[in-house]
Amino acid sequence: MTEGFGETVLRLADITVRFGPVTANEGVSLELRRGEVVALLGENGAGKTTLMNVLFGLYAADEGSVELFGQSLPPGNPRAALEAGVGMVHQHFTLAENLTVLDNIALGTRSLWSPVSGTRALRARVRALAEEYGLRVDPDATVANLTVGQRQRVEILKALVRDARILILDEPTAVLTPQESLDLFATLRRAVANGLSILFISHKLHEVEAVSDRVVVLRHGRVVAEAATAQTSRAEMARLMVGADIAAPAPRPARPGPVRVALRDVTTPARGTATGLRGVSMELRAGQVTGLVGVSGNGQTALAGLIAGLERPERGTLEIDGKTPAVWTPRTAVRAGIGRIPEDRHGEGTVGDFDLTENAMMELYSRWPFSRAGWIDRTSARAWAQKIIKRYDVRCPGPEAPIRLLSGGNMQKLILGRVMETAPDVILANQPVRGLDIGALTYVHEQLLAARDRGAAILLISEDLDEVIALSDVIHVLSEGRLSPGFERGTMTPTELGAWMTGAGFEDAA
Amino acid sequence: MRLEPIPAPSLARRAGFPALALGLTALIAMGLAALAGAAPGEVAWLVVKGAAGSKFALLETLNRATPLIFTGLAVAVAFRAKLWNIGAEAQLYLGAVATVVLGTGLLDWPAATLLPVLAVAAMAAGALALLVPTFLKTRFGVDEVVTTLLLNFVALLFVSYLLEGPLKDPMGLGWPKSEPVIDAARLPRIAEGLRLHWGFGLALIAAVLVWILQTRTIWGFEIRAVGLNLKAARFAGMPVNAVLVRTAILSGGLAALAGFSEVAGAKGNLTTDLSPGFGYTGIIVAMLALLHPLGVVVAAIFVAGIFVGADSMSRAAGVPSFIADITLASALLAMILALGLTSLRIRR
Repeated sequence: MTEGFGETVLRLADITVRFGPVTANEGVSLELRRGEVVALLGENGAGKTTLMNVLFGLYAADEGSVELFGQSLPPGNPRAALEAGVGMVHQHFTLAENLTVLDNIALGTRSLWSPVSGTRALRARVRALAEEYGLRVDPDATVANLTVGQRQRVEILKALVRDARILILDEPTAVLTPQESLDLFATLRRAVANGLSILFISHKLHEVEAVSDRVVVLRHGRVVAEAATAQTSRAEMARLMVGADIAAPAPRPARPGPVRVALRDVTTPARGTATGLRGVSMELRAGQVTGLVGVSGNGQTALAGLIAGLERPERGTLEIDGKTPAVWTPRTAVRAGIGRIPEDRHGEGTVGDFDLTENAMMELYSRWPFSRAGWIDRTSARAWAQKIIKRYDVRCPGPEAPIRLLSGGNMQKLILGRVMETAPDVILANQPVRGLDIGALTYVHEQLLAARDRGAAILLISEDLDEVIALSDVIHVLSEGRLSPGFERGTMTPTELGAWMTGAGFEDAA
Repeated sequence: MRLEPIPAPSLARRAGFPALALGLTALIAMGLAALAGAAPGEVAWLVVKGAAGSKFALLETLNRATPLIFTGLAVAVAFRAKLWNIGAEAQLYLGAVATVVLGTGLLDWPAATLLPVLAVAAMAAGALALLVPTFLKTRFGVDEVVTTLLLNFVALLFVSYLLEGPLKDPMGLGWPKSEPVIDAARLPRIAEGLRLHWGFGLALIAAVLVWILQTRTIWGFEIRAVGLNLKAARFAGMPVNAVLVRTAILSGGLAALAGFSEVAGAKGNLTTDLSPGFGYTGIIVAMLALLHPLGVVVAAIFVAGIFVGADSMSRAAGVPSFIADITLASALLAMILALGLTSLRIRR
């Protein structure tokens, strides 16, 4: 099956996409050859997603052309892209949870008027493809019961069943355990060996290094570099992405202080599909970063909710500075000196239609000087917002601009500033750098470490194992609502933590 | 061709599209007049003249606008918090009932003390009518659209029962109406010899107060935050349920003031046709005003003008006055479309 390898299957020529005054892509040209993995690198807002949407036909480019297998692709028509053999696996999966794997794969492939469903043939086909590519998943399982990794396999199967010759993967490893990522890479290698071509979007440079043949770096909507992966290095890639040298925060020894927050055998109820906590005990000490890893949906939301004041223990106790609070709500949590960086900055952290001033005072609005006998003091509020904007380098049109106009990184800087400026004793940082570019990410990490050195107790929750290992003094693993013992910095390898993430190591593990 | 959102629409777009909507509405209305066999230009002129062509016409329009300002404010306040109060009609009637129960002689006080007491009692009754659905919403997750809507019919049947029973006017020759309220319970005219009563002044004051509350106070901040992003409001530590309850009290109270003002100002007694759908029209008023309290005043006068103008036009030109209802319905639809288009653009 080596014939035809190396021929160009996809050619993007001089793609320019503008959104009003903003140019998302400018003269981007990209070629993908048969049997090749190309990694597309770039900071947030560099134009990666726009480019992929043009390729998939979701956006029409203002200038330039898309050519697939030598045929030019009509713009703005996803169906044409699908039929030409482009399969896209989005970062957020597009599966119907209440249907089976097979039904999800069949969705959209059958004619409404066809009298037969063809399920039998399809099941055989799915089985064969799953076998061939190492995508282990039960075709008759309901998607709602699948893990994130399994769902991703379904998405890939969906593309393969539709005879995709080109796979686009948007940040595929963001939600996977290290082991699942390795499995995914094995699948991708088989696909490439079979003559497929892959466009791989990722922030994680070591993954790019591991799977790609070529890297294309986007910055400010333009291609700034293109190189064979073997001839470049991680440091080089990071520099190209940001356009400046990036120094990772140097680990400094922690000086742990007294226990600020303690959970004693805490159990919380499951909420919908979110797992509750099962007998969790942990301590957050002053001057220490406690990291929490786990596959998404294993109780992180419940634990974060507990610290943030949204959730109360069903059994067990929560102690703040040695005392169990009588009332536990978000407001009492803020008053108890807990600074909270929520997981979902759009859904929970900010009100999109409020301006920066209003968002900056969201947690403090009922206190002096923002409230004077029930009247809002706009002047104090604006001064507060301006202080945060200046000190935390929030790039924005001004304190009166609606916050939804800001990029994710700047929104996060405002939230970070809102938390840090109150000098909290405890900081809950839930996915603090998700979706941020390297510049903003480094800044947020520096701020968290500075707060730790000042004596704050920090709980860092992240799905990114590397991030947690780099920052944490103690690491716990959550799996199905159970908490592992705390591991001191440097005592565990990513692979060992990955094993805990899958549930191995827990006393009641099967 | 596809529609794309615009993150920050310009002022020209935000003003232009609603203006275009009103223009389109006028065209539709004139087209209907032409279908009815009248000269569209003349019909339009007659509507304008009938609504604002004379002092009498203008005052009639303002009189008709008064209850619409109250119900429009009630809806605007509730919708801001995404509390979908479709029950302004019920709250209006309960406010009217409270006014009649206390105002027909039970409290024999001078006007200066009686009128404020009646207004507060009416507001309490209206607030109660919205608190029940709000409690069901916060406690059990019952959809308030359904409960408030259905309570309108319950309230009207309840009034109907009262007017056939306990509140029936013995001098009413068998008609289902209440006794008239005593003189001290009548809102005075704004000027001698004018039909316009102080209910209109009260409505203007209410609009300004609501505007100040929404933009300047902590409570208003909470209401807006809860309406725009409930999860973020809860996360920030706002007492979400308390905010909804406060909003319900305010909204129900404002709608009830429409009932108070109609009984104490315009009619003097309670009948089952006290409101020709003021509660429902309040929703149109609030939507046309984009939920802005001061905009409610303008929208209410506009809507009242169309009704009053269409009535007078109907008498002069022989075109059915139902055209007013159609005009308002198309104004609402055109406005909703315009709002959508304000923040969308077409891309090829």
